[in-house]
Amino acid sequence: MAFVQNLPFISIILSLFSGPLSSILGGKKAKWVNAGVITVIGGMSALVLSYVVSTGEEYVYRMGHFPAPWGNEIRVGVLEAVMALFFCIIMLLCILGGIRERENEIEDTKQNLYYIMVDLLLCSLLALIYTNDLFTAYVFVEINTISACGLIMIRQNGRTLEAATRYMIMSLLGSGLLMLGICFLYDLTGHLLMSNIKEQVALLRTSGGYHIPLLVSVVLMSVGLAIKSALFPFHSWLPDAYGYSTVSSAAILSSLVSKGYIFLLVKIFYRVIGFDMVRDSKVINVLFVFGIVGMIMGSVSAIRESSIRRMIAYSSVAQIGYIYMGFGLGTTEGMVASLYHVISHAATKALLFVAASGLTDTAADSTDFKDLTGAGYRNKLAGVAFTVGALSMVGIPMFSGFISKLLFAQASVGVDSMKRMLPTLIALAISTILNAVYFMKTVIRLYTPVRRVKRDGIVFTQVKMKENRAKSFALVCFIALNLFLGLFSEPIVMLIRNGLEMFA
Amino acid sequence: MSKKVSPEKYEKTLSYRISQWFYGTKDPFLGTVEMQPQKPFAEDKETVKKRRQEKQGLFKNIYDTSHNAELQFFGKVYKVFSVLFCVFLVAMLLVAVSDLPTFGHPENPVNNEVAARYIENGLQETGAVNIVTGMILDYRAFDTLGESHVLFIATCTVLILLRLDNSKKGSHGMGYDMEEDRLHEPKNDVILQTVARILVPPIVIFGIYVILGGHLGPGGGFSGGAVIGAGLILYLNAFGFKKTERFFNEKTYKRLSFCALGCYCLAKSYSFYTGANHIESVIPLGTPGAILSSGLILVLNICVGLVVAGTMYTFYVMFRKGAY
Repeated sequence: MAFVQNLPFISIILSLFSGPLSSILGGKKAKWVNAGVITVIGGMSALVLSYVVSTGEEYVYRMGHFPAPWGNEIRVGVLEAVMALFFCIIMLLCILGGIRERENEIEDTKQNLYYIMVDLLLCSLLALIYTNDLFTAYVFVEINTISACGLIMIRQNGRTLEAATRYMIMSLLGSGLLMLGICFLYDLTGHLLMSNIKEQVALLRTSGGYHIPLLVSVVLMSVGLAIKSALFPFHSWLPDAYGYSTVSSAAILSSLVSKGYIFLLVKIFYRVIGFDMVRDSKVINVLFVFGIVGMIMGSVSAIRESSIRRMIAYSSVAQIGYIYMGFGLGTTEGMVASLYHVISHAATKALLFVAASGLTDTAADSTDFKDLTGAGYRNKLAGVAFTVGALSMVGIPMFSGFISKLLFAQASVGVDSMKRMLPTLIALAISTILNAVYFMKTVIRLYTPVRRVKRDGIVFTQVKMKENRAKSFALVCFIALNLFLGLFSEPIVMLIRNGLEMFA
Repeated sequence: MSKKVSPEKYEKTLSYRISQWFYGTKDPFLGTVEMQPQKPFAEDKETVKKRRQEKQGLFKNIYDTSHNAELQFFGKVYKVFSVLFCVFLVAMLLVAVSDLPTFGHPENPVNNEVAARYIENGLQETGAVNIVTGMILDYRAFDTLGESHVLFIATCTVLILLRLDNSKKGSHGMGYDMEEDRLHEPKNDVILQTVARILVPPIVIFGIYVILGGHLGPGGGFSGGAVIGAGLILYLNAFGFKKTERFFNEKTYKRLSFCALGCYCLAKSYSFYTGANHIESVIPLGTPGAILSSGLILVLNICVGLVVAGTMYTFYVMFRKGAY
């Protein structure tokens, strides 16, 4: 066995170990440990990716001395490695982008607890990505949920506590439904390992036995994960959680946590149930409808917001809707588009949150639009970065959002039934216009020259790049990442396609 | 047949005196004790009104219901929908459950080769007499590794939420709350202290026994740790924070959990690595049934036990006072 094959396992253990390690370190050291761990894991994921691409084959890694149905195992393919790599890059940039905010908003003695949360969150994301066992996935979903709650409420004001409570309730409802689904599936198949369940489900499908419980278990798992990733009717926790938590938390939550659950759902669709079965079960039709409604309603809510952070948060609802709409198309093309959008949205949304925090720096952290008039001149880099993010969200060519919209449109044309093609195209068009309304409105406001230097006691200040080097660096990297995803999308789409083939 | 006795005569009987002693109105040493019936909990109408108004005012301030028609509407629809949702969920689950394989039937899909190997070869392969322990700490150790970190991160989240720090940025001040809490500490309650002095050592020893015997019989790190944690909490309640601070403070907890989880991580990394790379593990399984047997399971049980005990105690302390 090549040593590279050990790296996914090492990266999971490393991030797991760094959690307890940070608990005995002070805040400063914990920060360095955290940044180091994410960087190292990102590097390892890149090595794994190059290895898997060069061999062109997935491989399973046995966790312990016992082979799969008895012991645990993880499975590494192209798609897993791509996701791990992008998640690490984005998480590192999110952490860098919010250093000063964290230092101001979190009590000194609790700084290291923040990094424990981030370390274990990374660990749970990696485990969700790599695992080949449904129960392992559930265990790490628990870690993911708890650490996300910690990330929300570590900035202690009343709003975040309330947001964390809401998040906890909704998220636990989702976990509960997921757990019920897994229980049903275990009872019907007698396995927890994904590949074995798939064999058993295929047998059940040909014999036609246990049709209703099987359907119910698919429904429960899909709905559970949809709740956890804030699909439209279950999004009520989202604006508060993203709007009031400290900036790196908001960026990590919106770009990574919800995406981890979406990836798990893809995994369940392809590796556990089988995509044919999911398509026949009509569950994806429900996801399709709610995805489309979410695309419109999320944008409508975003237009009505008067706070920049909450507006970006509502925009997440719309973007999650895109992803589920892609699932609902029921084709591989739709899935490729969704997975590309997972990456592109993760990169863009994190960029927007960090850029928005750069802009609010100029107005004493007020997130009200009225205080941000002309902020693009007061913090030039953040203004440019926000514009890039906004253009990408609207879907202007050269930026990553354009590619995902293009992929969605292509996928919808490829669907043979008109029933799906028309709603998709119409929803894409309406949603693009709505996106343009609220993002361009914000960009225009940012670049409207303003004479006065204060409003309601809030003094507008100039912020230079040098003042917050880490954030400037993060913003520049985010812009570069966005341009990279927009200009050189071909190889990434190829990788996703390969990965999906390996999945099936 | 019972005879009606006059009250004066009845007061002289043994049963009357026993019942008096039982109800506490007469003490053998102190003589007659005056008993006062507890007053029913009553609140001023004014205070109730005030509290209700405050609550409503807070609600209005947060949600601004008078200006937010959408929220007002949502509040009404929400109740109806939540009931409908629950009814639908219950109905769906009932239908699905009625279609599941019969419980306990030997032909069920769950009775497959996975369970068979655990039962038949569990003892030889893991060295643990208790098959369940063998399963969770050897066959499926990765899941349990995650599970013990769930406890750890839950503690960290509780620390974030409840720990009071002397920090300028936080809205909490440590001083007042601490003072307040010290007032409510038990004031050397003799009965409680005597009972605790008798009970705490056996509880802790029993916890240790449950942890150490996890691979031999029912028990293990999770249950034993919970027992030890309960013993510590009893000790704290009897003797107060000043005594427990001497041996258990925040540093102790952090170091304890770091050592335990680090040890767990290292031990399991070794076995995962060797297992995946097909290297023979050098850890002997020992004779089944002996205390020092079943490879790493004993070590892992001790680690899990320490984490669980620390977690239980920390939860209690955080909810009680917000500091160790």
